[in-house]
Amino acid sequence: MRYLPLTQPDREAMLSLIGAATIDDLFVDVPEAARLDGPVRDLPMHASEMAVERHMSALAKKNLTAGEAPFFLGCGAYKHHVPASVDHLIQRGEFLTAYTPYQPEIAQGTLQMLFEFQTQVARMLGTDVANASMYDGSTACWEAIVMARRITKRGKAILSSGLHPHYVSVSKTMAKFTGDVLDTAAPELAADMDLDQLIAKIDDDTSCVVVQYPDILGRIADLRPLADACHAKKALLIAVVTEPVALGAITSPGEMDADIVVGEGQSLGVGLQFGGPYVGLFGCKDKYVRQMPGRLCGETVDADGRRGFVLTLSTREQHIRREKATSNICTNSGLCALAFSIHMTLLGEAGLRQLAEINHAGAVSAAERLSQIPGVELVNDSFFNEFTLKLPVEARPVVRTLADRGILAGVSLGRLYPGQDDLANGLVVAVTETTTAEDVETLASALQEILA
Amino acid sequence: MSINQSGWRPTSPEANTGNVPASVTGNKALMLEEALIFEIGDSHTTGVDFDTFGSPANAGAQGTKDAARNPGFLLSQENKLGGLLRTAPIGLPGLSEPETVRHYTRLSRQNYGIDLGFFPLGSCTMKHNPRLNEKMARLPGFSDVHPLQPVDTVQGALEVIHQLAHWLVTLTGMTSVAMSPKAGAHGELCGILAIRAALEAKGEGARKIILVPESAHGTNPATAAFAGYSVEDIPATAEGRVDTAALKARLGPDVAGVMITNPNTCGLFERDMREISDAVHAAGGFVYCDGANFNAIVGRVRPGDLGIDAMHINLHKTFSTPHGGGGPGSGPVVFSEALTPYAPLPFVEKQGDQFVLIEEENADEHHAGSFGRMVAFHGQMGMFTRALTYILSHGADGLRQVSEDAVLNANYILRSLDDTLDAPFGPSGPCMHEALFSDSGLATGFSTIDIAKGLIDEGFHPMTMYFPLVVHGAMLVEPTETESKAALDQFIAALRSVAERAKAGDPSLKTAPHFAPRARLDETLAARKPVLVWKDPAPLAQAAE
Repeated sequence: MRYLPLTQPDREAMLSLIGAATIDDLFVDVPEAARLDGPVRDLPMHASEMAVERHMSALAKKNLTAGEAPFFLGCGAYKHHVPASVDHLIQRGEFLTAYTPYQPEIAQGTLQMLFEFQTQVARMLGTDVANASMYDGSTACWEAIVMARRITKRGKAILSSGLHPHYVSVSKTMAKFTGDVLDTAAPELAADMDLDQLIAKIDDDTSCVVVQYPDILGRIADLRPLADACHAKKALLIAVVTEPVALGAITSPGEMDADIVVGEGQSLGVGLQFGGPYVGLFGCKDKYVRQMPGRLCGETVDADGRRGFVLTLSTREQHIRREKATSNICTNSGLCALAFSIHMTLLGEAGLRQLAEINHAGAVSAAERLSQIPGVELVNDSFFNEFTLKLPVEARPVVRTLADRGILAGVSLGRLYPGQDDLANGLVVAVTETTTAEDVETLASALQEILA
Repeated sequence: MSINQSGWRPTSPEANTGNVPASVTGNKALMLEEALIFEIGDSHTTGVDFDTFGSPANAGAQGTKDAARNPGFLLSQENKLGGLLRTAPIGLPGLSEPETVRHYTRLSRQNYGIDLGFFPLGSCTMKHNPRLNEKMARLPGFSDVHPLQPVDTVQGALEVIHQLAHWLVTLTGMTSVAMSPKAGAHGELCGILAIRAALEAKGEGARKIILVPESAHGTNPATAAFAGYSVEDIPATAEGRVDTAALKARLGPDVAGVMITNPNTCGLFERDMREISDAVHAAGGFVYCDGANFNAIVGRVRPGDLGIDAMHINLHKTFSTPHGGGGPGSGPVVFSEALTPYAPLPFVEKQGDQFVLIEEENADEHHAGSFGRMVAFHGQMGMFTRALTYILSHGADGLRQVSEDAVLNANYILRSLDDTLDAPFGPSGPCMHEALFSDSGLATGFSTIDIAKGLIDEGFHPMTMYFPLVVHGAMLVEPTETESKAALDQFIAALRSVAERAKAGDPSLKTAPHFAPRARLDETLAARKPVLVWKDPAPLAQAAE
C-alpha cells in the first residue's frame, strides 16, 4: 500500500512500546457490537496506480468536454483560457499541501498571496475591502444577505428577477430556516432589466436589494439609481457578479455605490470542473468590515520590525466566537483564490481589458450572426459576453439536438426555469476568447437547419 | 528497526555561531524576500498574449470587428455595454510570465506544507496528498465540463458522483449521502437543516435547542446558531468524554438534537455513543455526528451502527484531497433512513443504465421533502474525483489499514512523550488518531505557544494549540498514517527537547522562531488598525506637502 510508510516490524516495535499486544487493543473503547472484524464488505480491495488511472480515465471519456465541441455555455460558469503557469504554480507542494495559515511565521507565502488577492478583488469589485474568499458565488450571495440583516436589523430582502436562479434557490433554502422574507420573481424576456420595479418595492423593512450585474440574461444596467433608492430607505445594495472578466470593460458595482459586492471568481484561473470547486468573491465598504463573514488577512510587523501578514479580525469567526460568529464558514477556497490571483497577475490591468474587449467583440459579432437566423431574436439591448436569444420554439430540445451533433449551444432557460412557459424559448449564449468564428458559424448553420 | 531515511541524527554538530553580517538584500541564501505585486508590477504589463487572428468569433470572412486587430472596439460606438463602459483605471498590476513564476515560487518557499515535513495539526488530518489524485482531477473529461451541459453529455461525471456516494454510504453504514456541501462547516449546516426539516415535518418545530459538548469544534455552535437554534453546552467528564448522564438529563421536548464529534476532539472514542443516540431518539431528537475525525475509524467502525442520523465527511481530511492553504474542501453528509427524505438537492440517481440528476424540476416524485438547494450546481466535483481516486487506490482493506496506522502512530507519540508532557487523558486508556497534551508543568510565564514556536525552529509545523478548550494550554498532535516511524522518532525527540526547554524556562524560547522567514508577528496591531488591502503610497511630491 503505497501511501503507508509503516512496515510490519515498525508496527510491532511501536505496539510493544505502547504496551499493547495487538492493534485491536487500541480500539477497546469501541463497543464490541460496532467493531468490524475485517474490511467493509462488498467493496473492492486496493488497486495499483495504473488500475485506478484506467478506471478513472474510462469514466472521464464518457463526458463530452467543452474543449471538444463548439461551446457556448455560461450562466455562472465560463470557459476561459487559463495560462499554463497558473496550474503549475498552484501545484507547488508548499501551496497545495499547506493548511490555513494559523502559524504565520511559516505561512507568509499563503498570507501574502491572500493580501494580494484581497486587494485585487476589492479593486475589481470597486469595494474598499474584500475577504480571503468564500466557497462560491451562490453561498457568498446568501452570506451577503445575512450580513445585510445584521447591519440593518431588518429581515426583508428583495432579489432581482435577473439573479441566477440557483442563487435564488440557495437563498430561499436558507431563508426558510432564518426567517428572512425574500421577495423574488422570475425574469421576463425583455431588452432591459426593470430596475424601477425593484425600486418601487423598497420599504422601511427592506434590509437589502440583491441585483446581478450583468444579470442572468446577460443584461447590464446602471446601478446608481438603485443604490440611491436603497440608501434613501437605509437599505443596502448587494451586487452579484458571476463573470468577473466583465469588470475589465464595465464600471464596477462598487463605483456605483453598491454596499456589498459578491461574485463567482471561477472565470479567472479556476476552470469549469462541472461546477466546483469555485471561489466566492466578497467585498464591502470599509464601515461594514467587522460584519463580514470569512477569513481576512491583514498587514502587520514582526518582532524585528519587518513587514508580515496574519489572519486578523478573527473575533468575527467561529473558532473564537462560536455561536456568536458572523458565519460558520471555516475552510474556504484558498487554492482557487491563489489560481484567481495568479491569473489576474499574469493578465494585469492591460491584459484584463484586452481580454474583456475580445470577449465583448466576439459576443457582439455572434449575437449579430445568430439573430440573422429566421425566427431568432436577440433579447438584449446591452450585454458583455453573454446574451439571450428568443427562439421560435422551446430551446431545451434544441440544445439537446445540437448536443447530439456535438455542439454545446448554450443554456436553455427551460433548464434554469422549468415549468416557466414564457421563458421556455430563451437560450443564453456565452462567447469568450476561446470561441472561434468557426464555432459561431457551426452553431449558426446547425441552428438554422433545425429551426427550418 | 527501520532505516532512518531522513538522514537526521540525534547528535548533529553544533552550528557555527560566529558573527555573520546582514545581507544588503535582506535575503539569506535560499530564504528570499519577495515584494508585493503592487510594488513590482504595473498596469501596462501583461504576461498573456492574445490571438491576433482568427480567435475571436468575429474574425471570420468579414473580419471587421476583430478586437485584437481593432483594439478600439470597447471605445467604439458599436459596443453594447449599455453606456457603462469603464472609464476609471482599476489599479491591477501585471507581471510578465517569468516574473509571475518567480513571484509565486518565492512566496511558496515561505510556506510549510506536508510535502516538506511533518504537519501534526490536530483535528486537521494533514496526511499525504497523492499526486495521482491531482492527475485524475485534471483529465479534461472532469476538469473541462460545464455543470449545465445536457445530462447525456456528462454521464461520466455523474457516475463519479454516484460511485463515490456508494463508497461513502457503505463505509459509514448509512442510507444516503448529500454530495453538494462545499466543506465541513457547510456539511454541518446541511445536517442540521435536515434535522430541522424533519422535525418541522413531524410538527415538532418548537424544539429549539441543540446540545453541543464543550469540547466541540467552533463550527458546531456557529452552525446551530446559523440554523436558528439555541446552543447549550454539555460538560465533559474528567476522562475527556461527553458526560452521558448530564446529556440525558438535559433531553426533553425542547431539544432538537445533539452535535457530537466522534472520535472526539480529545482524541477519544465516545464509548457511550450508541447509548446517547438511543436516548436522544427516545426523547424525539436527532443525532448529528461531526465526522472531522472519521480518519481514525474508517474501515473499522461504521457510524451507522452507532445510531447516528447525519454526519459530514471532510474529503480534505479522511480522503486526502489537498488543504490548499485553506480550501477548497468538500463536505458530503451521510444520512440515516429517518433523515434521507429531507436531504438537499441535487442528487444523482441511477435509472436503468442512465445517471440522472435530480433537481428542483424532477424532485417531486422521490424527494418532495427535500429542504432545498444549498449551492449553485452540484458540489465540489474536483474534490470528488480526487477522493474517489484515493479510495480506489486504498480499497476496503487499505482504508482499514489507514485507520489502524493513524491510531498506532498517535498512541506511539502519546506513550513516547507522556513522561515529559502532561497527558491529561493518558491514564484512561489508548487514544484514537490524535494525542492530547496540556501545558501543565511548564515554567512560569511559558505556555503552549512557546513550544509551538520552538518546534518551528526545529523544522516542524506545530500541533494544534489551545484546542480543545477543555484542556489548559492544549496541544493536539495528529500524526496521520502517512508518517514513517523515523519521522515520528525525529518529531518526538524534537518535542521532548523543546518541552524540556519550556519546563526549564529557557528565555530563547520566548522569542522563537529564530530561523523562520518571520519572527513572531504582531497580531494585536493587525486587529487594532486593520490594513486589509494595499494602498498605493502617495507620490513623493504630495507626501512632502
